[in-house]
Amino acid sequence: MTSLQHVNLRVRGIRDSPHSRLQSLAADITQQIALGAQKPFKEVIDVSSGDPHNAGMKPVSLVRQVLAVCLYPQLLKDNNLPLDVRQRAQRLLEVCDGGSVGSYTDSSGMPHVKQSIAEFIMRRDGGVPSHAKDVFISAGSQRALTVGVKLLASGEGETPTGVLTPTPCPHTLPMLLDEAGVTPVPYQLMEDRGWALDLDELHRALKTSRGRCKPRAIYISNPGNPTGHVQDRKSIQEVIQFAAAERLLLLVDEVYQDSVYGRGREFKSYKKVLFEMDKEFSETVEMISFHSLSSACVGECGLRAGYMEVVNMDPEVMHFVDTMLCSDISAPVTGQLALDIMVNPPKPGDPSYGTYTQEILLTRASLSQNAQRAQEFLSDLPGMSCQPVMAGIYLYPRLHLPSEIIEQAKILEVEADVLYCQRLLEEEGVFVGAGCQYGETTGKHHLRLCILVPPNTLEEVLARLGSFHLRLMDALSHPDKAVRD
Amino acid sequence: MSVLQEISPNVKNMKQLEYVVLARRASQIMEELRKGARKPYSEVIDVSWGDPHRAGVKPLSFVRQVLAACLYPELVNSNKLPVDVRQRAQRLLGQCAGGSIGSYTATAGIAEIVHRVSEFITRRDGGAPSHPENIFISAGSQWALQNILKVLVNSKSSPKTGVLTPVPCHCTTTLSIMGLGAVVIPYYLSEEQGWELQVEELDRALESAKGVCNPVALYVINPGNPSGHIQRRKSIQEVIRFVSEKKLFLLADEVYQGCVYGEKSEFISYKRVLAEMGPPLSDTVELASFHSASKGFMGECGMRGGYVELINLDPDVMKYIYKLFSKDSCAPVLGQIALDLMINPPQPGDPSYPLYNVETQNIRTMLVHNVKRAFEVVNSLPGFCCQPVEGGAFAFPRLHLPPKAIQKAKEVGLQPDTFYCIRLLEEAGVLISPGCEYGQKEGTHHIRFCIMTSEVMMEELLRRLTCFHTQFMKDFS
Repeated sequence: MTSLQHVNLRVRGIRDSPHSRLQSLAADITQQIALGAQKPFKEVIDVSSGDPHNAGMKPVSLVRQVLAVCLYPQLLKDNNLPLDVRQRAQRLLEVCDGGSVGSYTDSSGMPHVKQSIAEFIMRRDGGVPSHAKDVFISAGSQRALTVGVKLLASGEGETPTGVLTPTPCPHTLPMLLDEAGVTPVPYQLMEDRGWALDLDELHRALKTSRGRCKPRAIYISNPGNPTGHVQDRKSIQEVIQFAAAERLLLLVDEVYQDSVYGRGREFKSYKKVLFEMDKEFSETVEMISFHSLSSACVGECGLRAGYMEVVNMDPEVMHFVDTMLCSDISAPVTGQLALDIMVNPPKPGDPSYGTYTQEILLTRASLSQNAQRAQEFLSDLPGMSCQPVMAGIYLYPRLHLPSEIIEQAKILEVEADVLYCQRLLEEEGVFVGAGCQYGETTGKHHLRLCILVPPNTLEEVLARLGSFHLRLMDALSHPDKAVRD
Repeated sequence: MSVLQEISPNVKNMKQLEYVVLARRASQIMEELRKGARKPYSEVIDVSWGDPHRAGVKPLSFVRQVLAACLYPELVNSNKLPVDVRQRAQRLLGQCAGGSIGSYTATAGIAEIVHRVSEFITRRDGGAPSHPENIFISAGSQWALQNILKVLVNSKSSPKTGVLTPVPCHCTTTLSIMGLGAVVIPYYLSEEQGWELQVEELDRALESAKGVCNPVALYVINPGNPSGHIQRRKSIQEVIRFVSEKKLFLLADEVYQGCVYGEKSEFISYKRVLAEMGPPLSDTVELASFHSASKGFMGECGMRGGYVELINLDPDVMKYIYKLFSKDSCAPVLGQIALDLMINPPQPGDPSYPLYNVETQNIRTMLVHNVKRAFEVVNSLPGFCCQPVEGGAFAFPRLHLPPKAIQKAKEVGLQPDTFYCIRLLEEAGVLISPGCEYGQKEGTHHIRFCIMTSEVMMEELLRRLTCFHTQFMKDFS
């Protein structure tokens, strides 16, 4: 009988995520409510993950219409659907084998879609060349990242490979690295500077890795998840120079590139900046950048599709990227087609242009307004502070927790921010992410909440969170009052 | 100079597929044809994958209607679609977070769908109970298989972990095993007995592994790919006793359970046989069974939906399996829904039933016909010998190549059966795959082609193959 002792050590080494415990708790509470339990709230509001549809945001009509027609081509004859929808669907069906979205595709993605993506990247980067052969489509950007990381992983018995990772980072990253057998080497982002990257800190992190592992890559999230920070050109150049000097592969996660709303801020892709630097960099620095359907404006997390673009990589190595993707067989065709639509928005004059533009503008406006509203509201609360957010779909406020709750947490053997999230969930039915999930180990506490939600939902979240927070702070500043447990 | 010059050795070990050479040439030929090149054929017939839609089989209307309505719920309210389609879509959307198929779902899949999968399994297996908490929905059965392998394969161990795998076997599984740093321990299926699995051969294979690697699991695929063999109850029982005795984890890939053609053939699941064997075996043998939405009459390979059911696993081990699945967020929602539609088709009395019934019956008739035709034609050609195709999606005939052909293949640096396939592609515009891709007894050669095609395509395929083969044998006699 396979028991725990037989389980692959590497799998056993994958760290536990507090997220799943909180998720179970949320599910339990929802179940209890369904069974008629009385709670101070009618339902659990889940803003713990970047899942806009879950929270009530509407999908982009064009995407859904085109996919519906591709799935059920009888709809090509339906005059209620805009003409450009039907034309797009027809074109896409022509490039599907057997004219069906039910066929397998090449393991690295449909050539037509890869070409669309390459053209999109070229347009985005003001003409910097991009080629379909360097684009690989996967079932979600995390899957692509896994392939990139696995290429670097050392063999058995050798010094483990290291990857520099930001603190804070997306909560899936440490688990991903664990599973690939790669050592994370954390570099701290500077909270007091709006979560900027600091070159000295990168050097420091690199130094600590010596002897423990062999650092071969640096992972960057820009716009940052969960921080919302957008790097300026100078910062990007510094990172590129650092990577070049230390011979590190750049793994650049740019999935929230379409969500920059901070005034005076603009998303610049690492690729564009790289190509505007000297040849010594632009022709040698190796880089993989990632994008996804789970982005801000499209938000189709359930369709599972993303891509990576590989820059300056040895063609022999690219062979292996293909081979590794082979065992995944392929990304879902519907997801690949949605990518095609995402990178080819309607143009002025197209029948769908009006609706599409309206929907995107609404999403962007909601995001921007929510960010401002939430940041102001939370900063006003005692014991909470929040850096100005410029991009992304999250808010990542700092909790200045009194020592009592930190003590309580120690006794219960959980992180203080996890305890906070647990109690928030139990008392107010709001599910947010706890800072320790994102790599924080410095004794500072944070929350992460998704702000790409309908404005009403945000108001409700803020009201409940505010109420909980004030109660908690109040109870702790009056130690003679009974503390809830 | 590339920082990636030192690629992970596990990755480097992943065999480059023969298929790549053929696929590339096929793409080129299709491009040449598009540009107006003159060839003895006007299009390439691609039967190299188990992909029915690619080969001209139509999707099932009910499935596509429900999926379309889930994607674009405005359709749910329109009268264009049958009532049961709209009801099903509405019900499914009700189980999606935020009522959208664009949301993440629970790691193991949408709870109601997982539940219905367990009900399907119980029905299929004559009442043997199935529990939802043992089921994980994944983006295709191979993903689920990889996650189970990840738990079993100790990438750091020396000697390496070994997995018993059949010869012949489709390459995705062997690729996954190698990519994880484990070793394939081949056991040969008996071609002369219709590709039967013989326990003595399992014994021999296990013996051969002594001192070489540490065997932890046995992988079987039933109905077979590429063999087309369906295991009898007795054989399944023997395998179960074998794994119990040798303390191996049993991986039962049953994705072709919906494709059974022989009149006397019947698919029986490993789970069912295990349950019927009773304790202690039924309580102790560790089993993972896999199924998929890609095969069967639905053939929705591009949707990426599959599942694994896990039996008799230590609860602590299950926790790790859950962790691995949670890393990928969840299976694509449309794939999950496709799975639900596969296991819960329209029933007599439902408005969609008549059309559904006609479509599936047509596909069934077509497949039975294809199998018969392929078997007849291929066996009538000198130099070819094909075992009966009882199930699955492929024919895997043996090719007796003349020595001159084998010599020529050597000269151009190709495996003999790859050489045959390349020539078939160039001269007749048919893309199939060579036996060397799947493993075969030394000195033997085979080809594999998909039989889940439209009847028209099958006739054309057989015509071209016959023509080419006759000429080829003449040329190299």
